[in-house]
Amino acid sequence: MSQKKDIYSKTIPFALMVAVTILVGTIVTTIAPMFTKGMHPKLDNLKPYTILELAGRDVYQKEGCVNCHTQTVRPLKADVLRYGDYSKAGEFAYDRPFLWGSKRTGPDLARVGGKYSDEWHIQHMENPQAFFPKSNMPKYPWLKDKPLNVNEMKARMNALGFPYTEEDLAQAAESTELDAMVAYLQVLGTAVEKEGVMLVEEDSVEEANPLAGNAEALAEGKALYAAECAGCHGVNAEGNIGASLVDYASAGPASRDTYIIIANGYEGVMPGFASSFSRERIWALVEYIESLAE
Amino acid sequence: MNEYSYDYRTVQGFILSAIFWGVIGLVIGLLISVQMWNVDFNFGEYFSYGRLRTIHTNVLAYGLGIGAEFGIFYYLTIRLTKRNLVLGKLARFHLWLFNVGMVLATFTLFIGMNQSLEYAEFEWPIDIAIVILWVIFTIVILTNIFKRKEEHMYVSLWYIIATLIAVAILYIVNNLHIPATLTKSYHLFAGTNSANVEWWYGHNAVGFLFTTPILAMFYYFLPKATGLPLYSHRLSIISFWSLIFAYLWTGAHHLVYTPLPDWIQTLGIVFTLFLIAPSWGSVINGYFTVDADWGKMRTNYLTKFFVLGITFYGLQTIQGPSQGIRVISSLIHYTDWVPGHVHMGTMGWVTMVICASVYVIIPHIYKTKIFSEKVANIHFWLVLVGQLMFSVTMWVTGIQQGAMWKMTNADGSLKYTFMETLVGNYPYWQMRTVAGVIFVVGMLFFVYNVFMTIRQGQTQAAAAEAKAA
Repeated sequence: MSQKKDIYSKTIPFALMVAVTILVGTIVTTIAPMFTKGMHPKLDNLKPYTILELAGRDVYQKEGCVNCHTQTVRPLKADVLRYGDYSKAGEFAYDRPFLWGSKRTGPDLARVGGKYSDEWHIQHMENPQAFFPKSNMPKYPWLKDKPLNVNEMKARMNALGFPYTEEDLAQAAESTELDAMVAYLQVLGTAVEKEGVMLVEEDSVEEANPLAGNAEALAEGKALYAAECAGCHGVNAEGNIGASLVDYASAGPASRDTYIIIANGYEGVMPGFASSFSRERIWALVEYIESLAE
Repeated sequence: MNEYSYDYRTVQGFILSAIFWGVIGLVIGLLISVQMWNVDFNFGEYFSYGRLRTIHTNVLAYGLGIGAEFGIFYYLTIRLTKRNLVLGKLARFHLWLFNVGMVLATFTLFIGMNQSLEYAEFEWPIDIAIVILWVIFTIVILTNIFKRKEEHMYVSLWYIIATLIAVAILYIVNNLHIPATLTKSYHLFAGTNSANVEWWYGHNAVGFLFTTPILAMFYYFLPKATGLPLYSHRLSIISFWSLIFAYLWTGAHHLVYTPLPDWIQTLGIVFTLFLIAPSWGSVINGYFTVDADWGKMRTNYLTKFFVLGITFYGLQTIQGPSQGIRVISSLIHYTDWVPGHVHMGTMGWVTMVICASVYVIIPHIYKTKIFSEKVANIHFWLVLVGQLMFSVTMWVTGIQQGAMWKMTNADGSLKYTFMETLVGNYPYWQMRTVAGVIFVVGMLFFVYNVFMTIRQGQTQAAAAEAKAA
């Protein structure tokens, strides 16, 4: 070959040049930021994970939950409406690794802590379809049969330098992977003060149901109930985690009160639906609930 | 030494191993595609979606993709350095270690040892084994390059060297972990740093495991298979350096609208858009090479694979950067658009070029012709149709999903519940399963063709031997 001797004939200088070329972008965008304050923020309310919470986080990783659930709410209107306040950098200081995820086959979980009761999570992990009949989330019945390995968890807490007590260890010894998972889910997003994204003022709601007696609304309310409410309140509204709506309706509550409960929820027991259901849908639900009165 | 004394057994070993892992990864892919629309296809702890999805990506990326790259890189290195593998025994050891490692790695994912960093899921003992594996590979390749009998390094060797260096840096940095026990460790980096390092790695794993290696194959096998000289050496120089320079800045486009500082996101997006230029440098080089005689598309079955392959690369490198732009990201990020995008690259570009390269290598090793061009053509059309159907349905799903997530009512509330947006995907997910079946059947034609070619080569060699005796 008659080509002149250049960098493409000299292996070591070529390889070095490749390494340097690769490292420029790496240093600017990945290495240098590590030494800036903005990459290490920590919210005042943020606490290290407890043994049970960390164990739950590990189970979350083990089962590959990150494949379907994200843990970062974008500062976009619809994201905030659906999930709550957008994610702050300072919430993740104890997260090794981060679990923001890249695909939402299921909903985002960044603000799920405190949204439902423990019992809800326990039953939901056992059988997600009992809550959302058309959900494609697998059932996780084996979690409740797996006791936590306390020595293993001790080693993990030590590796991360998280504080714990003998009492915590004793509690972990009596817990299962399911308890741990629930503990983890309940702490997600709790370092940020929770505020209802959309709350309904009592005065803004009509006193009587504008859709009263509307057969179409009744059918829509029934369908919505089956898809979103039956898990907690029972398939026939007989009650489960949530109250029996048959009993509730039989007591003859004011339509406006029922609307407000659905819209604003009960802290830690039932999430509010003001941002996820339109006014018509909430009234349709009210219509259905009232039809349950015996 | 003439070329007939080259020892290609390690090359072949890797190719057959890659086919083995490929079939496993594809079958699991089909299963998880069904699990997406029918939850009853989750079979207990070890065969539930969360675990299998991770195994699917890893087995295909590392088993099929990297396995094939190991073999094909050895082949390319032997050809381009004009000498047999200097460290042939070490390369053979590499082959065994690779397969043992894949068995262990897959097993650990089944039992839930999972670091939850995408494409870096293996726990730390496996990580160490992978680093050892990569070092062995690097030593074997570089030794041959140092002792080459051809002064000039052809463009494929540049891409091979870049792959060796970049993957080593990426893999080691992202897998820095704090071990707690033998089976569990925690990322050295926390929170936003963890995210930034992971996606610097994650995106560049795509760059240096599925772009540069495939370009190395493309630049070598396209001129070989078509008999047409590469269009422009200068263009390959420019695209090479700008590609490996720009790639490393772009990881943050995976973190648009996350708590990662805005300036890193913006820098990531800008360099991502710039990346179109070097990518298209290679695309244009490929097109103009074939431009010398487009008739090859009809007469030479391999040309089809390479031209369509580079076409999907070209589309991929337009689609990818546009996804990074904030306004587009706000619609399609986290939706099925993303797997649609990924699968165009992996099923369209990576698999087509790897298969075509194997179609060149296997007959060459056995001094025979391909068993059946007809079967190869069926393979081509099935993977093309399967992949297009897969990609397009996922793009449509992604847009629908993103739009449904966003829509609001006049009263300011959301129009759809999450479950309604999910149910809207089911018909498309079912179509994807059908597309997957078509693709996998196409790949089975490929496997059949490769094995029949080997058998044909062995029979011919035996006949020739008998004649000589």
